[in-house]
Amino acid sequence: MKGIVNWFSFSSPQTFYPLAGKMVPWFAAVAALLAAAGLYVGFFVAPTDHQQGESYRIIFVHVPVSWMSMFLYVVMAGWAGLGLALNTRLSGMMASALAPTGAMFAFLSLWTGALWGKPTWGTYWVWDARLTSELVLFFLYLGFLALQAAIDDPRRADKAGAVLALVGVVNIPIIYFSVQWWSTLHQGASVSITRSPTMAATMFTGMILMALAFWMYSIAVSLVRVRAIILERERHAGWAQELREAAA
Amino acid sequence: MSEVLAAAIGVMRRDLLLAMRRKSDALASLFFFVIVASLFPLGLGPEPEMLRRIGPGVLWVGALLATILSLARLFASDYDDGTLEQMALSPAPLVALVLGKLAAHWLVTGLPLVVAAPVLALQYGLPGDTIAVLVASLLLGTPVLGLVGAIGAALTLGVRGGGLLVALLVLPLYVPALVFGAGAVDANLAGTGAEAHLSLLGAGLVVAAFFAPWAITAALRIALE
Repeated sequence: MKGIVNWFSFSSPQTFYPLAGKMVPWFAAVAALLAAAGLYVGFFVAPTDHQQGESYRIIFVHVPVSWMSMFLYVVMAGWAGLGLALNTRLSGMMASALAPTGAMFAFLSLWTGALWGKPTWGTYWVWDARLTSELVLFFLYLGFLALQAAIDDPRRADKAGAVLALVGVVNIPIIYFSVQWWSTLHQGASVSITRSPTMAATMFTGMILMALAFWMYSIAVSLVRVRAIILERERHAGWAQELREAAA
Repeated sequence: MSEVLAAAIGVMRRDLLLAMRRKSDALASLFFFVIVASLFPLGLGPEPEMLRRIGPGVLWVGALLATILSLARLFASDYDDGTLEQMALSPAPLVALVLGKLAAHWLVTGLPLVVAAPVLALQYGLPGDTIAVLVASLLLGTPVLGLVGAIGAALTLGVRGGGLLVALLVLPLYVPALVFGAGAVDANLAGTGAEAHLSLLGAGLVVAAFFAPWAITAALRIALE
């Protein structure tokens, strides 16, 4: 059986801790490179939009950030579900490590959307379906974070958070649909954020590069965070004590 | 099967009896609903046109907030005195007992809201057939609010700052019920027919009634560990 890696061995915090430490610099470096490439394409290669001028360039942050906020919630719920089903400790830690990053992306999505909305529509906020459901997603992240912060026992916090994340992930499509329905009824003839379908290929390239950069950034940051969580929870374990002695 | 049903009904009767012994608990959320609905005209002014327009939304948000307030009492006292633990240990499935508790909770806190809503709707000048739609939407909607809210109540059992936390967890999940419930009344007021909204709200009730009890039971078992 030599040469075959037993992947399950990495589900233990003790073996995952050094592995995560090795992976962090790689993901961080790839994220930095992709972000540099994406920003270069976004600022210098992509043409100026004939309707929105230069202000549209926030799209290279706004759209990837919105994608990531939704994607990370699903990933978080996936880890949470895995933790509930298999009762693995690391899964819950991964879910709690992802949540702050996801919440940050949801907030950034709302923030950059507001900055984009002002020059384009003349208002920071409209009660559009997509804006409203992004806001609700932000609230769901806040609920998850608040619930985990309020429970002292980490195992119970993980499991309670997992149930909440799964309930949330079942609800997200329903919420999105209901908000869509609501805004078509209420909104009348105000602005719509459906862009013109024609988009320059370079714009799309820039967006994809930035999305990949944010993805790699999320992995790097959540690995750093999960390492901190592992140390915090396993600080009494023998191997964690040895780490400290080795560092000293 | 009949034993399971008997267990659920037994829990329901027990909870109803307890509620009858402590009427102030049950009445508190009803009065909250009435007071919230009366505060809006004081804050916004008495123009009948405007009140008729905001009435459906105000009444629905009021019912939603009153439900949130009542959630704190749903499992808390049973959790504190150990009854909940006994229920989890009993041979009857916990899901059935939870359903019994939820039914009693709706009868005590949800149904009074539905009954009081027409009177408040008159204060907002809503016409008769719109009031009928409001009652129908609340009849379908308040059980959804109770079912989804119970997940939050179970998750925050014995947790610091539970009451406020429940609101934070549950309010985002209430968005669909609010949209379809208040939307039904609005649609009737606008003359476009409320059937679509009511159907969707009913579908939401079916989905919630199927999935929520499992999530509640899982959350209760986590809290009891």
